[in-house]
Amino acid sequence: MADPVLATHGITKSFGAVQASRDISLSLQPGEIHAVIGPNGAGKSTLIAQICGGLAPDAGRVEFLGQDVTPLPTRKRAAMGLARTFQISALAMEDTVLQNVTLGALGARGGPLGLLRNALKDQDLHDKAMTALDRVGLAGQASTVTAELSHGQRRQLEVAVALTLSPRAFVMDEPMAGMGTEGSHRMTAFLGELRDEAPILLVEHDMDAVFALADRLSVLVYGEIIATGTVDEIRNNPQVRAAYLGETA
Amino acid sequence: MSRESLINAALLLGLAAVPLYAWATDEPFTITLATRVAILALAGVGLNIALGLGGLVSLGHAAFFGIGGYAMGILASHAQSYTPLMEAPFLIEGTKSMPVIWITAVVASALAALLIGVLSLRTSGVYFIMITLAFGQMFYFFAISWPAYGGEDGLSIYIRNDFPGLNTLDPIQFFGICFALLVLALWLNARLARSPFGLALNAARQNAQRVETVGLSPFRLRLAAFVISGAITGLAGALFADLNRFVSPTMFSWQMSGEIMVFIILGGVGRLYGPVAGAALFITLEHFLGGLSEFWHIYLGALLLGVVLFARGGVIGLLAGRKVAHG
Repeated sequence: MADPVLATHGITKSFGAVQASRDISLSLQPGEIHAVIGPNGAGKSTLIAQICGGLAPDAGRVEFLGQDVTPLPTRKRAAMGLARTFQISALAMEDTVLQNVTLGALGARGGPLGLLRNALKDQDLHDKAMTALDRVGLAGQASTVTAELSHGQRRQLEVAVALTLSPRAFVMDEPMAGMGTEGSHRMTAFLGELRDEAPILLVEHDMDAVFALADRLSVLVYGEIIATGTVDEIRNNPQVRAAYLGETA
Repeated sequence: MSRESLINAALLLGLAAVPLYAWATDEPFTITLATRVAILALAGVGLNIALGLGGLVSLGHAAFFGIGGYAMGILASHAQSYTPLMEAPFLIEGTKSMPVIWITAVVASALAALLIGVLSLRTSGVYFIMITLAFGQMFYFFAISWPAYGGEDGLSIYIRNDFPGLNTLDPIQFFGICFALLVLALWLNARLARSPFGLALNAARQNAQRVETVGLSPFRLRLAAFVISGAITGLAGALFADLNRFVSPTMFSWQMSGEIMVFIILGGVGRLYGPVAGAALFITLEHFLGGLSEFWHIYLGALLLGVVLFARGGVIGLLAGRKVAHG
């Protein structure tokens, strides 16, 4: 197997008596979609926070592009190309759609920010931003104020911002949440193509999407990964059926 | 042209027209009032960069206003007494030159803002308000207990400082200087708001996590905004001291910080011309209501309450309607 793009090695995190992550080791290989599923409260968000920064594990380490990034803050990991989308949209709601994507392009460019130039008239930023919007199908909404977008459109915008970062890996927290059936299908098709650009660690509740997309699945229950494997392996795993699929299916 | 830019243009023209009319009809006191408006609006423009753009509720901007004031007071007092500021290790003499004083005021208040910012931007919300207030009070008490420069009594400067080619003692010419600097600061603020830096700062105010996940540091953005903000308010302080030809610890007082914030709230938080509208309204009220009763602050309080409860966008918001995203 090739070297993983992103990997966790035995990360552990407790909040008081609650063990939110127990010795979690998982990897994201080039070109794959690795889905993490689990019931509510299984520790998925805690896991993402440790992978992307913002929450330091009590033990274990996070490796990205072969480098130990455990001590790095969120913004350094982002600058390395770790693109994250949020479960609850984290966007500048008062700003336009274009401004939000331009911010991503700006962060990706690095270096000092201009103080006197007009950000929206910067051709390079503009092109990058519009390309990303176009890819998620939001180009027509560029001048809409973000707060006026539908829930599903906000998810698309999250992905567009992530795209501007020229990412080496995506970490997506429930990108289908709150989307209608049609939107969900479109996003599924889109993520399917995206995996060739950069691998995706996908945390998702929509089982149709997960089974359609995932090359590998990890099942997280009570902060512990109880199984990792292909879709078929997971479907037929009795432990998983008991702990999780049985409850929801 | 949007309705807001029409109102902005009208405000600026009005602020220029009133003293010109007063000059034609020989009413120097009105010119002085307009000069006060221009200077206090400039202080407000400074705070508005931190508050409106960055969402940083600083209750310590009097520190920068005062530093600007004392930069003028200290330099000019040494010049008028012909004593050097210091002789060792190198000689620094006082000066009566406005440009030199301005640069000193801007640099000194920017440095103070850097120091205060590095420490206080680690906190947020009510803690940030409290820590900036505390820094302001430190400067206030330091100024009171520093006898070399007048202590509690302050410092009087007998003759207004010089600007090459102008007679600064002529009220209309001094107004011209203050007005030009206000326009410059407004221009800078407008450019800043549209710049990549402004875009990121504005996003950091709304959602710091978003800014971090694109690889930018909200802390550094806010610190830069705080420094620019402090520098502009410091420049206003130097002009204010020159207007009064007097500087005292009251420039450092927390009431001063509050007053600068009141201009912004009255005019409209985050509105480019909010501080201009706010300062103009404040000085007009102070002049007319102050003539009726020395308790005019009661009416000001009622007005503020009305603005906060019913017109969150301040005067500009009331006239121009909802804020539109620029671009």
